[in-house]
Amino acid sequence: MAKIVKHTPNPTEPLSFLKEFTQARIALGSTGSSIPTKPSLEFKLAHAHARDAVYSVMDTEALADELEQFHLPVLQLHSRATSREQYLQRPDLGRLLDELSVNRLADQLENDGIVLILGDGLSATAINQNALDLLKLLMPKLQSAKLKLAPLCLVEQARVAIADGIAAELGASLSVILIGERPGLSAADSMGAYLTYMPRPGLTDDSRNCISNIRPEGLPVAQAADKLFYLIQESLSRKLSGVALKDNEGLLPNE
Amino acid sequence: MPYQHTILGKVYRFDSLRVLLAKASPHRTGDVLAGLSAGSYEERVAAQITLSDVMLTDFLNEAIVPYEDDEVTRLIMDSHDAAGFKTISHLTVGGLRDWLLLNETDTTVLDSVADALTPEMAAAVSKIMRNQDLIAVAKKCEVVTRFRNTIGLKGHFATRLQPNHPTDDPRGIAASLLEGLLYGSGDACIGINPATDSPAAVLKIVMLIDQLRQQFDIPTQSCVLSHITTTLELVNKGAPIDLCFQSIAGTEKANTSFGINLNLLEEAYSATMSLNRSTVGQNVMYFETGQGSCLSANAHFGVDQQTCEARAYAVAKKFKPLLVNSVVGFIGPEYLYDGKQITRAALEDHFCGKLLGLPMGMDVCYTNHAEADQDDMDNLLTLLGVAGCNFIMGIPGSDDIMLNYQSTSFHDALYLRKVLGLKPAPEFEAWLIRQGITDADGNPNKGGPEAFLNKTKSLWLK
Repeated sequence: MAKIVKHTPNPTEPLSFLKEFTQARIALGSTGSSIPTKPSLEFKLAHAHARDAVYSVMDTEALADELEQFHLPVLQLHSRATSREQYLQRPDLGRLLDELSVNRLADQLENDGIVLILGDGLSATAINQNALDLLKLLMPKLQSAKLKLAPLCLVEQARVAIADGIAAELGASLSVILIGERPGLSAADSMGAYLTYMPRPGLTDDSRNCISNIRPEGLPVAQAADKLFYLIQESLSRKLSGVALKDNEGLLPNE
Repeated sequence: MPYQHTILGKVYRFDSLRVLLAKASPHRTGDVLAGLSAGSYEERVAAQITLSDVMLTDFLNEAIVPYEDDEVTRLIMDSHDAAGFKTISHLTVGGLRDWLLLNETDTTVLDSVADALTPEMAAAVSKIMRNQDLIAVAKKCEVVTRFRNTIGLKGHFATRLQPNHPTDDPRGIAASLLEGLLYGSGDACIGINPATDSPAAVLKIVMLIDQLRQQFDIPTQSCVLSHITTTLELVNKGAPIDLCFQSIAGTEKANTSFGINLNLLEEAYSATMSLNRSTVGQNVMYFETGQGSCLSANAHFGVDQQTCEARAYAVAKKFKPLLVNSVVGFIGPEYLYDGKQITRAALEDHFCGKLLGLPMGMDVCYTNHAEADQDDMDNLLTLLGVAGCNFIMGIPGSDDIMLNYQSTSFHDALYLRKVLGLKPAPEFEAWLIRQGITDADGNPNKGGPEAFLNKTKSLWLK
């Protein structure tokens, strides 16, 4: 019987002790010059999660049911991008509402309140998993502050700027769109929130404020709700959003 | 002026050189997004056939972005080497392709026309070349640059060690940096993308790398990829800046959106030169480019994204850079949709850059919303190695945790060196052997990494 040789530390992984200093994929070891099987497949799995998130679909029926708890009309909308493939190639179409959606919004009464929008963006998974948790904390704050609210909107194949068109159709004075961020290898469920004062088509990113990386292992929803509520109040009282709003704040934690 | 071609009784008309170039461009999403692409397969080939009959002299008479409106056009036209152009002035674009592929058109001949070809001519000929043509011609070019080592020699292949960290944590950066060195990465430079652009934060990283470099006498150069104004501020304060970095694009308007112009680049170039920190050569600039940046900045003037990209090389060339790389797959699927488009764009960029005399490297990379994966990158990496690419990036496990995209790993570079028999920059290779990290064949020495690590202990004290 062959003698059992005790496992010795892999001499090609002398850096293992440095893993505490960075999340980077260091100390993977080598087989020949190549990455060993285990870390090679771990990488593939992370990429698979990201890819699945890009092609995930917003669970609009379940979300619409849940949104009823806030006692506001819920509108289901769609951008002009008709498929995920087209959405990825034509960001311009993801910023525009399709005709049906425009008509649906035109049927609504004018409302100069705040419009809250849920959009799939590059990860519907992020919205499916995080959006309601955030709204459950944010809505009571808005309602107890007696802020006027427009209908809640769910929009598929959406880019951030589609919020401008929705808000303009409703006549809303402020928009907040919760949207799935581009999945990374470490997180595929990251949600962003973009706030715009007096939104209208043609605005660019410097007119917006963004809260990024909202997810349980990133920025928790409780903190995100506090930040958003603060930004909404400041934006309404100072009548602006974007770079100017950021410059003068002192109360936002972690920024 | 208008160009036209008839196929099976159908007349294809192209109103200008600018339109013709765009319609002749191999399919990519960015040109479709910009509304510049050919409407059918036939129209694209009609444009390519038409383009192949265009005289090179036409490019000197018809600016695709007006001379009066754009300093990049003025730079291209004013720095054109009319004497060198005599060798090729009789050629059409198609004739140029045939000439480039001739056995007689060798490294020396190609070098003699680097300033005689305009970026638009290089872009034009690339559009009628197949991938193998782009590789074959680029392989014949040799562009060698020097700072503390020699990059771009035939048979050598370098890496930019890219130890990024999401919060610029010094120990986090050092951990990735040391691992990179132990894998033989970092001869092109040790280059960090800072998470914040504040001069104080950038200085901290610069000091960290410089201290390590001096402690171990590493024959390489450092770079923090902050905005050029931040670097300039630090240079003017006498900070230990080796390379000055900037992202550049192919139109004045796009560069304005980056907060730069030729004067600012000139100022930063002379300031960095004045620090006099190099030992074996005087190339102090590091530029990054990438197809789609002009469209993304809404500054493309109806010019296709590959031609815009080639124009950026004129900007780079003015400042004799040590390194230029196209961050080809970073921009996303609305510009380059999948592995096929990314691969094609990378080979075009490498070819055009080399033809124009630039030390081209490539960030072989993709994002998670592109239709690409590691297999696509392996293919591209191998093609670029064959084409004689000067350098690629080296990132722990391909995963840049700061910029959130996938590039090439330390292992990838070792793979390429092994299968193609390529070596690091000579000075850096000698250092790796001297330190006991690798042997003469580039394989890791037993116990070498541990011995090297032992000397770095002070870095890890809390």
